[in-house]
Amino acid sequence: MNKMLLTEAKLFLRDPGGPIFAVMLPLVLLIVLGQIPGFREAIPEMGGERTIDTQLPGMMVILAVVTMALTVLPATLVNYRESGVLRRMSTTPVNPIRLLVAQVVNNLVVAIVATVLLIGTGYLVLGSILPRSPLAFAGVFVLGTASMLSLGLLIAAVAPNAKVAPGIGSLLMFPLLFMAGMWIPRELMPDLVRRIGDFLPMAPFADALRDTWAGHAPQPLHLVVMVATVLVMGGLAARFFRWE
Amino acid sequence: MKVIEVSNLRKRYRDHLAVDDVSFTVEEGEIFGVLGPNGAGKTTTVECVAGLRVPDSGTVSVLGGLHRTELREQLGVQLQSSMLPEKLKVWEALDLYASFYRRPADRVRLMERVGLADKRDTPYGKLSGGQKQRLSIALALVGTPRVAILDELTTGLDPQARRDTWELIERIREDGVTILLVTHFMEEAERLCDRLALIDSGRVVAMDSPSGLIAMVGGRQTVRFRPSGPLDDSKLEALPEVTGVSRSGGQVAVTGTGNLLLAITTVLSAANVVPADLRVEQATLDDAFLSLTGKKISA
Repeated sequence: MNKMLLTEAKLFLRDPGGPIFAVMLPLVLLIVLGQIPGFREAIPEMGGERTIDTQLPGMMVILAVVTMALTVLPATLVNYRESGVLRRMSTTPVNPIRLLVAQVVNNLVVAIVATVLLIGTGYLVLGSILPRSPLAFAGVFVLGTASMLSLGLLIAAVAPNAKVAPGIGSLLMFPLLFMAGMWIPRELMPDLVRRIGDFLPMAPFADALRDTWAGHAPQPLHLVVMVATVLVMGGLAARFFRWE
Repeated sequence: MKVIEVSNLRKRYRDHLAVDDVSFTVEEGEIFGVLGPNGAGKTTTVECVAGLRVPDSGTVSVLGGLHRTELREQLGVQLQSSMLPEKLKVWEALDLYASFYRRPADRVRLMERVGLADKRDTPYGKLSGGQKQRLSIALALVGTPRVAILDELTTGLDPQARRDTWELIERIREDGVTILLVTHFMEEAERLCDRLALIDSGRVVAMDSPSGLIAMVGGRQTVRFRPSGPLDDSKLEALPEVTGVSRSGGQVAVTGTGNLLLAITTVLSAANVVPADLRVEQATLDDAFLSLTGKKISA
């Protein structure tokens, strides 16, 4: 397993386009958008919080995670299926599931690196706050990232070919990002829209991340939706995944 | 010892019957060929042997009935159109696949054996077609298997690369590995295989050594030459050995059996005709296949 992880990590770094995009785009957006004067003012509707405190960096963390989970991961796996890499491995004593695990680990590591960079940059450059409940924040991050990776695995399972896979990812990504508050903070959304978002895979992750970032407890509903996403999407992915 | 035993194998896909009824056994140390046209059911058959597909009915037994992990330890498989990640280097691929097996082969020796020692650090995407195939063979052998399945391994290779690959297969057999070879090249089957199963439309139409299969078509031969002067075809047609005479351009083609060449040259010298560009063509596996099924193997 170690050799598989090491090999996949090497291959990952030799083709760094996707991961670099997933890390750099949110980082640049964070710095540029952080210069907007209105983002540095306390907003009464957000409980007196400034946009640069948790809304902006929180959304950038979500953007980094979902870029990896919904486009980079499915593209790699579908390519592995299409080119017969998974098929060849299934002729050896090793279960090709290990290759999936190695890929998920790679994506998780990139998501963690992006998040650490975003938190540090926000704090040092913009004066954003650091997560006030670090342990709860880390727990929410892992759970939410797992839910997004499960969705990515499901895309890899159902996508017919490597050209379509990232397309399906993007198609899901934008409405879910909208519901998660990418363009309008969730606090400012109409009640009904926010309520719908509570039950979709991405918004609960965003809310729980921002809650723990600001030092509040995450809402139980959000944790339940994330766990359900992991179980349902992961289960469907396992059910429909094809090795060739 | 019987290394592979396949009996009454049958496999249907949603829309067509890929394998209807296939039975054969492979003895230890031999190169056994599965020969047939594209779509005959060759690949499905060996995929069932490799445990990658479950047959609808019939039985497959490899090395006395090994299953799953144990089977995969002992059986090396080189599949058609299975690629590797573009940026994976040759030695990394061998190292990774070696880590999957309990008794991995010596990677350095294996790279030398398949002629990739100087390509050690070349990424898969930069290898030529022949080099990719040789790496593929090396990966099938990296677990020191007792049996290797090689599926269409010279398709798409140039003649030189094909000959190099054949030499490699012969050396692997000398190491004591039993080989199940799938091919639609007659020349490959004639050159490498000890025994062959000819497969057509999911059925075994004949099984024998290459020379045995050719003998089944009755030792049919064709003699071609350019006569130096006028020649009456009826004199050739009158010979008991001759079954047919045809002309194209200045060339005469005489088909027949038995001691055909001697019979023809006797007639020619009596008529004071000298045959130029004289050639004798023996029947091939393709002729055998043609006479058994009415089809040609290769297009």
